[in-house]
Order: sequence, then structure tokens, then C-alpha cells
Amino acid sequence: MRSLLYVLTFLSVIAAAFWAYHENYKTQAALGEAQAVRAEIGQARARLAVLRAEWAYLNRPDRLRDLAEVNFERLGLMPFEPDQFGRVDQIAFPQPPELPITDPVEISSAGAQEP
Amino acid sequence: MIRTPLRPLAQILDARRKGENPDAIERENLRIRHEQMRDRARSRAEGRLLVMAVMFFCAFVVVGARMGTLAASEPEEPRAQASGASIIASRADIVDRQGRILATNMETFSLYAHPQQMVDPIRTAAELVKIFPELNEDRLREDFTGKRKFLWVRKKLSPEQKQRVHDIGEPGLLFGPREMRLYPNGALAAHVLGGASFGREGVHSAEVIGTAGVEKFFDEQLRDPAREGAPLVLSLDLTIQAATERVLQGGMNLMNAKGAASILMDIYTGEVIAIASLPDFDPNDRPRPLTQGEAADSPLFNRAVQGVYELGSTFKVFTSAQALELGLVGPETVIDTSGPMRVGGFPIGEFQNKNYGPLSVSDIIVKSSNRGTGRLALAIGAERQQEFLKGLGFFDATPLEIVEAQGGKPLLPKRWTELSTVTISYGHGLSSSPMHLAAGYAAIANGGFKVEPTLLRQTGPRLGPRLMSETTARQSVDMLRKVVTEGTASFGEVPGYAVGGKTGTADKPKARGGGYYDDKVINTFASVFPSNDPKYVLIVTLDEPVETSGTKPRRTAGWTAVPVAAEMIRRIAPLLGLRPEVETRHLTGIINTSN
Repeated sequence: MRSLLYVLTFLSVIAAAFWAYHENYKTQAALGEAQAVRAEIGQARARLAVLRAEWAYLNRPDRLRDLAEVNFERLGLMPFEPDQFGRVDQIAFPQPPELPITDPVEISSAGAQEP
Repeated sequence: MIRTPLRPLAQILDARRKGENPDAIERENLRIRHEQMRDRARSRAEGRLLVMAVMFFCAFVVVGARMGTLAASEPEEPRAQASGASIIASRADIVDRQGRILATNMETFSLYAHPQQMVDPIRTAAELVKIFPELNEDRLREDFTGKRKFLWVRKKLSPEQKQRVHDIGEPGLLFGPREMRLYPNGALAAHVLGGASFGREGVHSAEVIGTAGVEKFFDEQLRDPAREGAPLVLSLDLTIQAATERVLQGGMNLMNAKGAASILMDIYTGEVIAIASLPDFDPNDRPRPLTQGEAADSPLFNRAVQGVYELGSTFKVFTSAQALELGLVGPETVIDTSGPMRVGGFPIGEFQNKNYGPLSVSDIIVKSSNRGTGRLALAIGAERQQEFLKGLGFFDATPLEIVEAQGGKPLLPKRWTELSTVTISYGHGLSSSPMHLAAGYAAIANGGFKVEPTLLRQTGPRLGPRLMSETTARQSVDMLRKVVTEGTASFGEVPGYAVGGKTGTADKPKARGGGYYDDKVINTFASVFPSNDPKYVLIVTLDEPVETSGTKPRRTAGWTAVPVAAEMIRRIAPLLGLRPEVETRHLTGIINTSN
């Protein structure tokens, strides 16, 4: 009876050890993954910062102004002037859509025969 | 275990036979047994002590070894931390009011050398000079072949330069990661942003510290990791700032001025929307401060904030406003401005020795009469004048959030005599920065509340204590409008925006003291627009301008600063979203002709 107890205890210790190792490896793997993700986030953030800086650099007012001047013939961009403000009542209402013709009537007499 | 009996029958019988006491045998055996027990216990205790000692030894060895490894190893972030967002250690960005980037960081590399690891120091020095012409080859060769074990070669490298250094193939040249501050818009808002440089430097990283402007003022906050990268939002607007600087640059060139400054401020929130000072510089490559000559000649000098000037007739509206506020006069009260007028033994004259005769208070401002404002100031008195100007903020440096603002402390007369009272009433004898003037005009334009200029975006109005009644403020704005429609600032009319403002022309004082230059002036135009519902204050100051289109060179603000300001308003107002108010717009309404 006692030896059975010993054997059972021993087996349970082995099982617990196995479980603990297993959990440990799982944790390590998760930590590694988290670290990789964090590194990826860091890289993405750095890339984002560079892209944002580049966007700001490419959109700097000096450059846009020069580009607008170079491409004046094509774009015709001018500085914003006070007389470019419009009023709502200067805008025409949209044309109402034409009604669908459901029952067409021939109004041309071409090809018609006299009764 | 077989126990030895205490009374072995054989011995007892033997002892009885011999007539001895058998108890002695028992005692003897007991003694022997006790001795054996004692020895056993002893050896067991000793064994336990030994185990304990070994255990303690092992524990201390483990602790000691761990301490040793911790002390000897490189620091490393703990892997298992439950923090959500990882700490962003880089300096926070600076953005304008619409979130467009004004300052950001970029990853780059620094170049350093370990001469003792070098294979061919002579060739390396020659190759480095080919890439970086500003390096001194002899000096590098000396450093590389000398006793030095470490030296910095360059603080920042571009990726192309880094590749070329790689191509040298020298193992003694090493790169360290760096984070550098980048101002993508170049010289735009340079005086506000200031600049940044490296503080403490290591091989793996370097501290970026602000050297001027908001970068220095908010240095601690920008570096605080707890911000988690949240950008610092300024009140500036990139588009408007760019337009302002362009118009100001054009105006400065056209008017042959040495320098120029302009400030555009929201009168309710105190937000500075655009602030420019020319000449300017590129904060990416901040020039060194001048070691000789006038600080004001350096492009680093911020004329809008640091430059304290006598701003001339622009002050007159403060005098008239106070006189109205105190109930001494009304806008139509007539005051005799004819000369001669002497105060404290000094004659008070008009521009070009004119004589305007009797003028209403409103016309004193419109015609810019020195004697008229002087008489108003005498009626107000020195004490009340000081109190009023103090309330408007003319006694302290402006609270603007750049370090240079502290340098713009107004220059006040040592003794506030009657003469000072009169001269200050028309803007002479008290020097202040254009920023002070902007804050003063904002108080008039917003209905009489003090407002403090700020460079941070605000969510709503920040009106301070009331300085004058709404009626006084309204009447003063109307006078400013009349200056443009009828007076000295006729070039300031911008169709649709009802500009109101006051010109100011002040002679420049000589740097070494001893009076004023004859042909050097500071021209200022302080304006409010749109004057029927004021929203913004615009100050334009030109340093030593001269307008040469006529037969004689003209140096009054009406010919120099006003046209520049008008062009600026024409360009800026639409960008601010202000719709021009065309006055001749009558709707063809329904008219009731008969019942």
C-alpha cells in the first residue's frame, strides 16, 4: 500500500514537473513573441516617423509654392484671394432628374401610312 | 536494531552467584546506553549543522554570483512587463494648430573612431576628408596615429555619407545611433522653434536638448517620456505663417528695410497665429550667436519679441482710450492742438512742424497730433497713465512661451516726469516690443479685456480683467478705422475687411546714446480687422525702411509699413476664413408699397 503511495507520489511529481516545464516553455515562447511584436511596433513607429517627416518635408510651403509656379500652365493655381469667396445663393440648384419615359409615343411621322 | 538488554540474565545470575549487586550491572549498562545515545545525537547534530552550513554557503554563493552577473552585464529591459503602450523615449514632435509638423525627430548615425583598431589610419584619414571636406586631414591623421583610443568624427551622418564611410572598409570607424531634430519647413517660424542640439553624448544614444525658442522653453515637457509621444500643439498656422513671411520678406525688400517683424494675434484667445522676424535662419543649422557687434544684427535676434523699440504714434490710441475711459473727453470733444507747447522746458512739436489748430479727439488720432495727445496725457496725469499702461502689460516682459520673451523687457523712464508723461502718450520715451503692442491693441479690440499672448493652441477665449468699458473700446476701434479711411494709413484699406489701425514712426536712438538718427526710423502699423467685428490684431514693424518711388525718400509708416500690412491682410484674411464684407450689397427684398 505504502509503496503504491510512493509510486503515485513519484509519478505525480514527474507529471507536475512536466507540466511546469511545459508552461515555462509556453511562457518563454509568448514572451519572445511579445518582444518580437514590440520590436515590430518600434520599427513601424520609426518608419511612420520617417514617413511623416518626409510628408512634412515634401509639403513644406516653399516647395508647394515653387511647384505651383512651375506647373502654372497646367494647374493655374493662384494665392487665395478675398474675391474668391462665393455665396450660397450664387450656386444653382441641381437640375431635377428627367422623368423616366414609361409609355413612349411615336411622334415622328416617318414611315407612317395614311389610313 | 537489536537493543542490548539492561539486565542480561547471564550477568545477573552470575552476579547473584558472586553476591554482587545486580543493580550495578543495570546502572553500568544504562550508562553505556546513554553514552551511545549521546554520541549518536551528537553526530546527527553535527551532520545537520554541516548540511545547514552547506545550504547557507550555497545560498550566499548564489546571491553573490547573481549580484556579480547583474553588476557585470549590460542593462536590458525586462521581457515580462505588463505595460500597455511601450515607452516612447524620443522627444515629442511640435505641430501647428492643425497638426502639421513643425519639428520632428529622425534617426541618423554618428561616426566615431577607435584608432587602436584601425588597419590603415593614413588612408582612412584621406578617405574621410574626401567624404567630409570640412574635416582637417592633418589633424585626423595625428589623432588616428596618436595615443587616443576614442574620438568623435561627426555628430550626424546622412544615409549616403554612412554608406560611403562603410565603403572605406575600416574596422576602426564605428557608427552610433542618433536621434536628430528635424525642422522640415526650413526657416519657417524659425524664431519660435529655436533649435536643438545634443546634450550628453554616449556611443549608443545622445540627449537632444532645446537651445532656443519653444524647444528650450518646453524642454522638460518635450523630453518627458510620460507624454508617450503626444505632440506639442502650437497656436501657429503653417499656411498663414508662410504667407506672412513671404509678404513680409517682399515688403522688406521693397521698402529697403534692414529688418522686419510681424505679429498676427487672435484678440480673444491671445493665440499668436503667425509671428515673423526677418532676417531669419534655418533652425536645422542654427548659426552661432554673434560675438561682436549688435545682437540685433544677428538673424537669431527676434525683432517681434526681443526688439524693444519706441513704437511712436501707435501709442496715441492708448492715451485717447484712457481719456475717454476716465470721462475727461468724448470722441468729439475739441482740443486746441496749436503751438507752441512746452513741457518741462522742452518744445513739443508736430510731424513736419504742422499746426492742426483745434481738433476733436477722434481727429487727433486720425491726424496723429502729438500736442493733442500730449494735452490729453497732461489731463490724465502721470500716475493714472502708468497704472493704465501697466494694466495693458507694458511694464513687464511678455509671457510668451519662448525663452527669448524674457529678453524683451520694456525700457521705462527712470523718473516718470511730466515730460515723460507727454512723450509716452505719443510713444516716445518708453520702449517695448511689437508683442506688447499686439497685446495692448488686442485689449482695445476685444472690448476692453486684458489678454495675454500665447503660443499654445487654446480651446476658448482667455479674457483677463477688464481694463476699459466696452463703449470706450468701441469708440477707440472706430477711431482706428477712421485713421485708415481718412487719416495717415490710407494705404491700409483692404476692400471687404474694414481695416482699422494706427501708424507709428519713431526715430531710431543712437546705439551709443546721444540722441536720435535723422534718417533711421522704425515704422510700425498696428491694425485691427475687421473693425466692425474685430477678430485679429496685426502688427507690422519695419526697421530702417525707406520708400524711394517719389522724388524724396519717404520714411513715414503710412508709406512703408501700411502697404505691407494691407497686402498681408489681403493674403491672410481669406486663409483665416474671414469672408469679405462687401458693403454695397442690397437684396432686392419685398417692399410694402400699400396696405
